[in-house]
Amino acid sequence: MGGMAAPQVAPVETPDTDEVPAADRQWVTIVWDDPVNLMTYVTWVFQKLFGYSRERAEQLMLDVHHKGRAVVSTGARERMEHDASQLHAYGLWATVDKS
Amino acid sequence: MFRRQADCYVATFAVDEVRVLRKVASEVVGLLTDGFDHTDPVVGRLFPAVYPKDVAGSAEFRRYTEGDLKTAKIDQAGAILAALPDEAGGEVRLDAEAAEAWLRALNDARLAMGVRLEIKDGTDLGEELDDAVTEDPGSSRVFQLSVYAYLGYLQESLLNALID
Repeated sequence: MGGMAAPQVAPVETPDTDEVPAADRQWVTIVWDDPVNLMTYVTWVFQKLFGYSRERAEQLMLDVHHKGRAVVSTGARERMEHDASQLHAYGLWATVDKS
Repeated sequence: MFRRQADCYVATFAVDEVRVLRKVASEVVGLLTDGFDHTDPVVGRLFPAVYPKDVAGSAEFRRYTEGDLKTAKIDQAGAILAALPDEAGGEVRLDAEAAEAWLRALNDARLAMGVRLEIKDGTDLGEELDDAVTEDPGSSRVFQLSVYAYLGYLQESLLNALID
């Protein structure tokens, strides 16, 4: 579980820069590795929740698996909290942090 | 194990499998209702602190989201209970929505068991089971490990049927 790689993920939707203050855009949702969740399940959840392609979802899953965690979405704090609670409903271990 | 049949996901369960599934789904419901306890590590895993370094922020988030999350988890465990045959074995037929509820509920059950069984990264289930059998073939750990492995196969089969 070495250092975190640079976030490779663009926001699902580009925040509206006219309405969202810059300070509110600097948040990330992080998914952490855990020994129970199946790799195929984690990939499926990323596709399902974020609409990511199979390839991108798989890469994120592998980042979680090998690096211990991965940034799965970036944006305003409220939206990251929403993403985290969705991920919790699927049983993924998700947290929110400043980017 | 599940397979796809037109728009449905179908599996046939033996009576023992029905009993096990009913038991684990009921245990999840119990954990989220009467037995709900924030100090229980299982609850900690199902409802993770969203700000690991910010206790107050996590509590605030919990205040707004925990009720809905709890309801969702009870509902998805309920989807398993609702679809199981009554007493005997038999066929379970799920539409896409029920199949996704089952996936999430099976995952919750595995997370709960994983915490109790102290499953770690790199835990070899086969080895764990061999060790437990050597110690006492009739132990609860042998049973729990078998159920945990079974739920993993079942979840994977349902996922594969959904993805295909």
